[in-house]
Amino acid sequence: MIGIGRFGRMLLIGVPFFWLALFFLLPLWIVVKISLAESVIGIPPYTPLVTHGVSGLKFHATLANFALLVHDQLYLRAYFGSLGNAAVATVLCLLLGYPIAYAIARTRGRRRQVLLFLVMLPFWTSFLIRVYAWIAILAPNGILNELLTGLGLISEPLPLLNNQFSVELGLVYSYLPFMILPVYGSLSALDESLLEAAADLGARPVPVFFEVILPLTVPGIAAGSLLVLIPAIGEFVIPDLLGGPDTLMIGKVLWDEFFNNRDWPVASAVTVVLVAVLAIPILFAQRFLERGRIA
Amino acid sequence: MAVLLLGFAFLYAPIGLLVLYSFNASRLVTVWAGFSTRWYGELARNEGFRAAALTSFEVATFAATIALVLGTLAGFSMSRFSRFRGRTIFGFALLAPLVVPEVILGLSLLLLFVSCENWIGWPSRGIPTITVAHAMFGACFVSVLVRAQLAGFDRALEEAALDLGARPSTVLVRITLPGISPALISGWLLAFTLSLDDLVVASFVTGPSATTLPMAVFSSVRLGVSPEVNALATLFLGLVFVLVALAFWLTAREERRRHTA
Repeated sequence: MIGIGRFGRMLLIGVPFFWLALFFLLPLWIVVKISLAESVIGIPPYTPLVTHGVSGLKFHATLANFALLVHDQLYLRAYFGSLGNAAVATVLCLLLGYPIAYAIARTRGRRRQVLLFLVMLPFWTSFLIRVYAWIAILAPNGILNELLTGLGLISEPLPLLNNQFSVELGLVYSYLPFMILPVYGSLSALDESLLEAAADLGARPVPVFFEVILPLTVPGIAAGSLLVLIPAIGEFVIPDLLGGPDTLMIGKVLWDEFFNNRDWPVASAVTVVLVAVLAIPILFAQRFLERGRIA
Repeated sequence: MAVLLLGFAFLYAPIGLLVLYSFNASRLVTVWAGFSTRWYGELARNEGFRAAALTSFEVATFAATIALVLGTLAGFSMSRFSRFRGRTIFGFALLAPLVVPEVILGLSLLLLFVSCENWIGWPSRGIPTITVAHAMFGACFVSVLVRAQLAGFDRALEEAALDLGARPSTVLVRITLPGISPALISGWLLAFTLSLDDLVVASFVTGPSATTLPMAVFSSVRLGVSPEVNALATLFLGLVFVLVALAFWLTAREERRRHTA
């Protein structure tokens, strides 16, 4: 940028960098520190890492919290439960979202803008409210069950709420726009002449899709999948409102550990492991975005 | 196409039902007892929701403004300088908050605030801490939008202005910033909406006196379906619809103006 000078450049980069370092990177470091501490009754409810004693500085660090994570069945099940739920939700979002993105990419002009706006609009409205809406629909005395009973299709209410089904439904419903938009981005950037060439060479529509279109939209699929998978693993609201006693997701475990058990060191340890688990897809996503310059 | 109709029906059915039942005279969702606006009246009289709404709007306005400034600076940094020390970490810190689960953001920020409070006796948690937290991830969203807009911005306009004798500061204010105004407008609105909507992070970093609207709704909703919440939801949807339509209209107007000028 012209005319900004070295000092100006330092400010331009430095101010937001400092903000993020202070409010994102430093907190993560503190989480690591506390995950190595012990829980105590008091304020703050954990032991300090370094103390000044008569004999100088002493370090208090323990891996007891991490040992607990490995030994206690609850946490392992929650981690795997989250991974499983998020993976299923990602696949479902792809199966539902790809056709929608494809249909939008096939429209032209003004209609396309309107459709994209309509896809984005639910994302802009309150997440909490949209999840809550499903409670009213799926409850035993809710809209869907009453409708089916009234039509005479069932005699007893279906258990649609507070189980795996409702959690998956909630996840797919909430994250679908995150899949549709990147896939649409890939589809709309397709070079039509490639499709024409394939047709000219005698290919039928189905092979054209699987051998031309699908491979070219892999970047969009990958981006959408990461945008769904990573946040879904740590999701709290959906398992809490729509889940049941058998729904174990790590976001909810973290919340409970923190607010109900007041065990900050264990909650921190859970966080550290969760960040470690997510680090691989996040770094993947960052390399991917830098390369493709999608953002 | 059938796919589109089904898809949008799926996306909008729950919202539509909420709006419908906010006008239901009966408390039960399954019994339609006639059209009524009594829940809106009850909502207006609900002190808890009113105070929470005020808090949320206050936080969202400040957070979105801070996020806009920081995010624009960050967007310019990443877009205009291809190499500088710490660019990888900076890039990571700009993108990670967008995908990292909110419980992690909330917990880590709370631990920061608590440590800080132990160390120097400040800050006490409440509106300022929520604002800071929202501004943090809001800035990341804004930076993405600004970067995308800058990528498509024709720098020849800037160079032409400089050739014609304009000072760099003039170029910035009268050429570059108006040129990226769609990103600035939608960035502010996005940060505003995200702040209004945030439950998890706010719950972690708040203090005894500050309740945001999502927190109030959440505690109400945990007890079951509540008609006041339906009314609140409908109002909220209306507000967001107006804001987003406004953003679209403003953006389209700027695009037209740029192309005809």
